[in-house]
This record gives sequence, structure tokens and C-alpha cells, in this order.
Amino acid sequence: MLKTFSLGGIHPEENKLSADCEIEVLPLSPVVKVPISQHIGAPAQALVKKGDIVKTGQVIAKSSGFVSANIHSPVSGTVEKLEEVIDSSGYRRTAIIIKSEGDEWEEGIDRSPEIKREISSGKEEIIKRIAEAGIVGLGGATFPSHVKLSPPPGQKCELLIINGVECEPYLTGDHRLMLEKGEEVLIGVQLLMKALDVKRAIIGIENNKPDAIKHITNLSKDIEGISVQPLKVQYPQGGEKQLIEACIGRQVPSGKLPIEVGAVVHNVGTSYAIYEAIQKNKPLIERVVTVTGKSVKKPGNYLTRIGTPVSDLIEAAGGLPEDTGKVISGGPMMGKALSTVDVPVAKGTSGVLIMPDELSSRKPVQDCIRCAKCVSVCSMGLSPYLLMALSERAIWDSAEEEKVLDCIECGSCSYICPSSRPLLDYIRLGKSKVGQIVRSRTTQQQ
Amino acid sequence: MNVVLLTILTLVGLGVISAVVLYMASKKFYVFEDTRIDVVEEILPATNCGGCGFPGCRAFAEALVKADDISSMNCPVGSSATMAKVAEALGKVAGNAKPQVAVVRCNGTCEHRLKLNNYDGAISCAVAAALYGGETGCSYGCLGCGDCVEACKYDAMYMDEETGLPVIIEDKCIACGKCVEACPKNIIEMRNIGPKSRRIFVSCVNKDKGPVAKKSCEVACIGCNKCFKICPHDAITMADNLAYIDDDACKLCRKCVEVCPTFSIHELNFPPRKKKAEEEAAAVES
Repeated sequence: MLKTFSLGGIHPEENKLSADCEIEVLPLSPVVKVPISQHIGAPAQALVKKGDIVKTGQVIAKSSGFVSANIHSPVSGTVEKLEEVIDSSGYRRTAIIIKSEGDEWEEGIDRSPEIKREISSGKEEIIKRIAEAGIVGLGGATFPSHVKLSPPPGQKCELLIINGVECEPYLTGDHRLMLEKGEEVLIGVQLLMKALDVKRAIIGIENNKPDAIKHITNLSKDIEGISVQPLKVQYPQGGEKQLIEACIGRQVPSGKLPIEVGAVVHNVGTSYAIYEAIQKNKPLIERVVTVTGKSVKKPGNYLTRIGTPVSDLIEAAGGLPEDTGKVISGGPMMGKALSTVDVPVAKGTSGVLIMPDELSSRKPVQDCIRCAKCVSVCSMGLSPYLLMALSERAIWDSAEEEKVLDCIECGSCSYICPSSRPLLDYIRLGKSKVGQIVRSRTTQQQ
Repeated sequence: MNVVLLTILTLVGLGVISAVVLYMASKKFYVFEDTRIDVVEEILPATNCGGCGFPGCRAFAEALVKADDISSMNCPVGSSATMAKVAEALGKVAGNAKPQVAVVRCNGTCEHRLKLNNYDGAISCAVAAALYGGETGCSYGCLGCGDCVEACKYDAMYMDEETGLPVIIEDKCIACGKCVEACPKNIIEMRNIGPKSRRIFVSCVNKDKGPVAKKSCEVACIGCNKCFKICPHDAITMADNLAYIDDDACKLCRKCVEVCPTFSIHELNFPPRKKKAEEEAAAVES
């Protein structure tokens, strides 16, 4: 019996269409748009102005606080302007527009393909370099990684969990990374272990990737402390709290961080980025993006520079199919439909999913039939039907009592609802309102 | 006979004891209530709309009686007339809040503002606003899901199906401000009703730069400053590429309406203009 989390969960069609496609390097776009807010926390501060010449890997926006991240130029060329462009948030936000000319890299970045195995950096240096390289959680939440590596005083991390679950249907970027860059990922894991000062790391991989489980198990055989944990396929296992429970059987209490149970979770993609940052001195300027969909001619995994328009990726995958209903940034469960394909790829763009109209359009909303399917699939043990009703009626105090803030927005409730009710839409609204109320209450108390 | 007498005496005794207990309790737990509260409540409009910021008219009456200075308190339904009566009854000084009515500051109809994508989520402006900028290129304008109409408890609003924008029925609007709260885009504003219900306001809240705003909506304020320059009463302020008309300072001369190149300044309830203006409008149209 394979391990998994205990509460709820669903198993949607996997549709990993691009699982066998090797990672390809996407050609450079003539113009890139680099948003200054690609992470959770304060937006970075732009350091360049119109007309500046920048090199690939140069810092172009500086982290503006502890929870913030540096942004580096993904190409070399001239800064055309700072403009507000629609990014994946759906709103116009400031981005640095760079016209790409050649591809001249900043000095000191090692671009050779050799793997640098030996770890010479100390704990403090690793964390400092991770912050400098602008690394954020590449699983999708884009939380600055160095913050997670600096646990609050009094709390001690016991073990590191690496998320190689990739539970979102369609997406295959992490899967390919484990197969093709397995060794680098493992060096990244060792760097993380050193930064956290832990002796043990578990890499959780779902059972639908047997090749990755075999490959990583073989590679990690001789490395002390690292083990691979195969997991039963169950969505949303990639959620931090679900993964911790699946791997070590501990439940993170409501409203607390994983460090409470002595664990820190990082993504496979993040470990690879950390390997590159520390061993190769290369900042986070590119990432693997899966371009996929049932009608897409050539689904694939592309190593894409940040700031490249999504339309370039779609072009590389054989163009936009005629029956397209939605273009989604991310996976089908947690991804967000884009309002235009000019949206630039950001640090958190794990995939571009092109859904045909018939699959993507919502069915008419019907009345709740009290079947409680949403309750049984909720992996956080909430009552989605109730949270939706409370949010619809703006009863925020009850929503807070019903733990609306615990929702991880996995979308299982909306997926399972036989009446096609927009459960998550309203719960997300409730989460943001209750979050505001709680924040203003804490500031008042201070 | 004895039984009858005993029964009567017992009952009388019980009655007397209860009366004494009740009398003492009423003395001991007496709640003093200012009689003026009832007087003030009588003056207030009894709509219980909550527009004053208090839960209902009675609570507002209590607050008015309690407060030393009521000049900053206002009943939006009755405004200055009601407040003057309240002040007279309480012997306090009333503020000078003018009667107000809600206006919708967006004219991005389907015609003026082209749809670039289709929203497929829950029919709620709040949900849509949390998700993205909206179906058109303007991320400031009306989303058209009708949260304001839903919030209006006085049937003073409806969604115009042709334009996709909310419309306020002025006669029914009591200025409670519930629609203002409900709108996630802050499009609806409470403005002074004005003499003979005449009002001038900028019907746009787009803060994008001129070209961006104009591209997404034909009737957007492009921040060109023309109205700001021509206004003889300094009633217009410019901020974030957007003009705003202060309704206290505005003298309703309508000069700004004439110069606005995008027709984003609206005038309400004015008599039709003289011939010359009509001819000009006809020329522009042709």
C-alpha cells in the first residue's frame, strides 16, 4: 500500500501528454517583458531606465524587503521602456521591456554543461546566494526561497521534503527535470540540506512517474540522508501540507507553517535553480514550461527565458488550435485563464495549457443538492458548500470560524460538484476578505 | 367555607408578594432612557438603511443624543433638512451636508468599450475583480455583474441590458451608499443632488495613460487637462491621468462638458442646449 495523505483528494485524468518530450530550449524572443512583481511579497524596485544596456543575468530590479526577490535580465540588449503590461494576474502591472540583441552574459556565470559536484559554500553563503539569485518557489506559489530557509528563532527544521509530485494533470516540467537533470537536482537538494542544517531529505514522487522514481533512486543511492518516497497518485498531493502528511505522517496545524512539524518543503524545480545559482553562479532567468493540451499539435517542455510572451511558446508548440476555449497559465486545476496571449512568462509559470472550448467552458450553475461531495474531497477538512454560502452572503465572521483561511485553493470542490457550482470562486473571495479583516485586526492590536 | 377563604387568602398573598418583588425589581433594575431618543427617532426617516454608519435609525438617534457635537454626523436620506430638525430638537448645531444621490462613473458601454475576452466565472463583480481586469481593455471600469443592483434594497438600480451598465433611478435612491460599498471598482460615487437635480461629473475612473485608456474605451478620460484649464471655478483636479470635479466648488457652467474631447464629462437634468450647440453636435456626429 503506497503512502498518501489521509483526507479527501481526487484523481482527475492525468493527461501527461508531454511526459516523453525532452526539454527543448526555446529560441530567444526579440522583445521580452519582465514584470517587477513575479513573487509573493513586495514588488522589486527597478534599477534600470530607458536606454540602458543590460547583459543576460544582470540585476535589473532589486528586492525591496525581506519577503521579496531580485529580478535579473533574461536577455542582453537595450531597455526600451518601463511600461504597464497585463501579466498573469490579469491586471496591468509595471514591467521592464527589453529589446534583445545577441546573448551576451554577465561575467562570472558558468554556462558549461559540466556538472559541478563539490559543495564548497557554507550555510550562510548558500542562503545569501539564493536570495541574490532571485530564487522563488517554482512549484507555483512563488514564495521567495531564502525566507523558507531562515526559520523563525526557536524553531528547528528536522528534515527537508522535496516536492517531485507534480500532481497537476497535464504538467510534466518537473518530471522531465528529474529525468534529464537528476544529478543537478540532487546536488541542489544537498545544498538545501546544508542551508537548513538537516541530515535527512525525502523526495516525494507520485507513482505515475516510475521512470523518475527509478532514476532518482539510483542516483541517490550513494548519497547519505536522501531517500525517495514513491506516493500514490492523488491530487492535491503537491500541496505542502498534504505532501508532509503523505511522506512523514505529520499534520501541520491549522494556520501554522510546515516548520511547526519540523519540515521544510521545496520543489524539484527550485532545487535545480538553487544548484545553478550556487554551483554555476547563474541567477533565475529561465525555467521549464510545459506547453500542452489535447488539440495542441506538438506538446512539449521548453526551457524558456522569463519575460518571453506566451504566444512564442504556443507558436513553438504548433500554433493555437482552432477549437481553443481557454489558454491557461499553469495546470487545469489551479491554473488561471489568461485574458491575452501577450502575457509574459514569469518565474511562477509552470505551464501553458490550451483547452478546447467544450472542455473548458463552465456548465450552467444549478442549486446545491446537499450531496456533500465537496466535503468529502476537501483535503483540508473544510465544508466548501458552507464557505461558498457564507462568502456569497458576506458573513465574514462565520467564514473565519469555518477556517476559510485554511483553504489551499486546489479546486477539488469545484471539480467534483455535480451542480457545477462556482465553489472556489467564492471561497477565494472569502479568503481575501477574511485575510484583510484579520490583517487589519492584528495591526490595530499592535 | 374555610376552603374558599383559604384559597382566596393564598392567592391574594401570592399577588401581594409578587407585586412587591416586581416593584423592587423595577426600581433596582431601572434603565434610564433619554426621552429625546424617541423624539429624534421620530424625526429620522425610519428607513433603517445604515447609510449613517449606525445599525438602524434608533441606534443613530441614540448616538445623536449622546454626542456633544453632531456637525459631522449625517443622515444621508434626509440630509440637511432632517439634520436641522434633529439639531433643533436637541439644541445642538447641525452640519451642512447636502442631499446626495448615487452616480455611476463609467460610460463604457458595449459600444464604447470592446470586449476582448469572455468571463466565464461566478456572476459576481467581487469574484471577477479578484480574478482579473475584466472583459475589456479597461481594468478600472464596470464589470457588469450587478453587485450594486444586488446591494440596493430600495429598487433604485437596474442593469441596462443594452449598455451593460447599472442605471440609478434618482427618485428612488435614498443615498444609503450600499452600492458604493458593493462596487469593487469604486465606480459609484455619492454626489450632491445639486440645484434642480443638475449635476456635472466625469463619467470615468480609468487611471491609465491617455493612449492606453483611449485604446480600450472611446469615452475614457484621457487626462488631457482641457477641462482643468478651462474651469473658471477651480473645481477640477487632475490626478493619475484622471479629472475629478469637486461638486461643492462646481457652479454648473458646463464649460468643461463642451471641451472634453472624449465626451467623458456628463451633465444631468439640464435643459436642452441652444441651437448653436446643437448644430455643433450634429457636425461632430456627421
